[in-house]
Amino acid sequence: MATLARLQARSSTVGNQYYFRNSVVDPFRKKENDAAVKIQSWFRGCQVRAYIRHLNRIVTIIQKWWRSFLGRKQYQLTVQVAYYTMMMNLYNAMAVRIQRRWRGYRVRKYLFNYYYLKEYLKVVSETNDAIRNSFVRQKERKLAIPNCLLAHCFNHYPTISIDLWSARKALEEFAEMKEREEKKANLEREEKKRDYQARKMHYLLSTKQIPGIYNSPFRKEPDPWELQLQKAKPLTHRRPKVKQKDSTSLTDWLACTSTRSFPRSEILPPINRKQCQGPFRDITEVLEQRYRPLEPTLRVAEPIDELKLAREELRREEWLQNVNDNMFLPFSSYHKNEKYIPSMHLSSKYGPVSCKEQFRSENPKKWICDKDFQTILPSFELFSKYGKLYSKAGQIV
Amino acid sequence: MSQRQVLQVFEQYQKARTQFVQMVAELATRPQNIETLQNAGVMSLLRTLLLDVVPTIQQTAALALGRLANYNDDLAEAVVKCDILPQLVYSLAEQNRFYKKAAAFVLRAVGKHSPQLAQAIVDCGALDTLVICLEDFDPGVKEAAAWALRYIARHNAELSQAVVDAGAVPLLVLCIQEPEIALKRIAASALSDIAKHSPELAQTVVDAGAVAHLAQMILNPDAKLKHQILSALSQVSKHSVDLAEMVVEAEIFPVVLTCLKDKDEYVKKNASTLIREIAKHTPELSQLVVNAGGVAAVIDCIGSCKGNTRLPGIMMLGYVAAHSENLAMAVIISKGVPQLSVCLSEEPEDHIKAAAAWALGQIGRHTPEHARAVAVTNTLPVLLSLYMSTESSEDLQVKSKKAIKNILQKCTYLPALEPFLYDAPPNILKHVVGQFSKVLFPWIFRYTSAEGGQLSTT
Repeated sequence: MATLARLQARSSTVGNQYYFRNSVVDPFRKKENDAAVKIQSWFRGCQVRAYIRHLNRIVTIIQKWWRSFLGRKQYQLTVQVAYYTMMMNLYNAMAVRIQRRWRGYRVRKYLFNYYYLKEYLKVVSETNDAIRNSFVRQKERKLAIPNCLLAHCFNHYPTISIDLWSARKALEEFAEMKEREEKKANLEREEKKRDYQARKMHYLLSTKQIPGIYNSPFRKEPDPWELQLQKAKPLTHRRPKVKQKDSTSLTDWLACTSTRSFPRSEILPPINRKQCQGPFRDITEVLEQRYRPLEPTLRVAEPIDELKLAREELRREEWLQNVNDNMFLPFSSYHKNEKYIPSMHLSSKYGPVSCKEQFRSENPKKWICDKDFQTILPSFELFSKYGKLYSKAGQIV
Repeated sequence: MSQRQVLQVFEQYQKARTQFVQMVAELATRPQNIETLQNAGVMSLLRTLLLDVVPTIQQTAALALGRLANYNDDLAEAVVKCDILPQLVYSLAEQNRFYKKAAAFVLRAVGKHSPQLAQAIVDCGALDTLVICLEDFDPGVKEAAAWALRYIARHNAELSQAVVDAGAVPLLVLCIQEPEIALKRIAASALSDIAKHSPELAQTVVDAGAVAHLAQMILNPDAKLKHQILSALSQVSKHSVDLAEMVVEAEIFPVVLTCLKDKDEYVKKNASTLIREIAKHTPELSQLVVNAGGVAAVIDCIGSCKGNTRLPGIMMLGYVAAHSENLAMAVIISKGVPQLSVCLSEEPEDHIKAAAAWALGQIGRHTPEHARAVAVTNTLPVLLSLYMSTESSEDLQVKSKKAIKNILQKCTYLPALEPFLYDAPPNILKHVVGQFSKVLFPWIFRYTSAEGGQLSTT
């Protein structure tokens, strides 16, 4: 009960104390409340942040995966496009190569071949050199066109159809031939001159008594002119040229042909000509027989239309004697208007019967020429062989 | 006695006639006597002597007449007027060969002066008798007849046609094959004069087989014969492509090129004429000539001649170069351009210069390479001076202007173009400036585009 008493003494103050102590605690309580709230909010904040972080992480993962998926899709497209582009470039490049080759081939084959042109021009210039050199008359002339070059040219371009070989050969041959001919002609000319000189100087030949000027006794051997003089024949005097007779008869025609085929000289053969060995006939007889002139028969000697020619000749001779070519006209024209009275024979319609009309039917359309047959009277041969036979039959003894 | 006296009178007369006609024939060889003879009335006297009984007097009278008619055309007309021709023609058929020669000489002397006189000869029927003379045995008669036919056919195409119609051509071809050189010459010249007028006549000559014989005889050493043969072949080949091909088929190349080296000027001229006539027709024929080495031979021939002998060679080079650019290049590599520029500068005659200018223009007009080859030899200033000079003839001026224009339009060789900038007239200057622009413009363009590229990156 002591305690009770002390309690009751303090009871008045209890209430106060009670209120005071409660109120004193209030700010502490607030403080503590605030602190607790702060702590809680902080914690909740951390919680939420952790949650958000967690969510973020998850979303990042999701986004990452989604984006990688999208990227891969895009990458495939890009790869496809790049591949396609690469293949197209490759195809283009190959096509360009093919086209380049083809165009080159086409131009070279069908339009213009540069290398062919070059080869052609080279060959042309070589031909030119060959032509130019083939006329150079030098002893050491050598047409040394490099054969390998030509062979190369012909191997590559067998279509070059320049006939270089035969052209060159022909020219060489021609040049050589000309040279040879000139040399021969010169030699012959020299020889002729020497021969002529020797003939003119024939009197300078040495005789037995007197040596000639080319055969001096002080020389070891005679001059070559001496031998030439010995060989040469002395020159004869020039004879006046006999003019050939001009007439056109048959005998003379034969005579002039015989001068071509059997040359006759007016100079007689020399007297002391060596007789040919053997039983030969007398030379004069032989020559007489050989050069016997033609003795044509009468039929051959006269031309076939001799009659006509003779008539013409007669007419021409008469014309020579004419003073005036015009026909003399009658002075008076008295008879101009006179009518001509024909005879009975001529005045009838029916002319004299001619043998031709009776025996031959004529068809003018079949005639090959409009001239009539000529009347030819050939000569007959009764006396053509008179006195020309070998036999003496019938001759007057 | 009296008979002898009578005969003596006749003999005296004959001697007098012979002497007279021989003296006249001798006097007629000198030109100063002919006037006097004409005034003395020699024509009528000779006419009567032509009908003389004695053959020698006839022949000498014919010879004298021939010499007189040869001198000038008045006398030839007098011969025609005095009706001597029919008598000559008539006796040409009958008489011996000396008379035939003399009568053919008279016909030739009359026919050579003018076409009217030749027509008069044809009108009196001389052609048939002359053709008969061509069949004679004696080569002298044949030569005289061929010569007369040649002079008749020379004037114009109708007379040549008349000669051909008389059947002369086959006989002339036979005459060419005879061994006598003079006869060959005359027959070749007659064929040449027949063929020159028209393609039909040339075809007639070819049909008679003349070309093969003419081609064989090119190798003959006689210069005058070669000259006539080459002339005949060139007259045949000038008319058409077929005729030229026929001449070429007779294998004249490369033998003709040897004729270009002959010593005689006329042979060279005719050989280059022949090659020119062949090369001018088609590119294939020009190619054939080039392949046979003809261009080099012609260029050498041009170098060795002077004056008019060069002209056919120059024209031949022009024709060859005109056909195609390959052939022009062939002319260039055969060293033709220096030779042509030498001709251009040193020849005094205008027509030769004009031909050289034309040929250079044909060479240089194809591509820039060709133009450069021409410009390098410094011919362009020469051409310009010819164009500008007042002394050159109009033909020369026109040709040099065309040549300059053609060459300039392709020339990209600037050192040759520079002199033109200073002294060319405006119409040429515009071409020069155009060429400069063509050369410089791509260079400028490239340069400026490079600059532009550099600016954009900075």
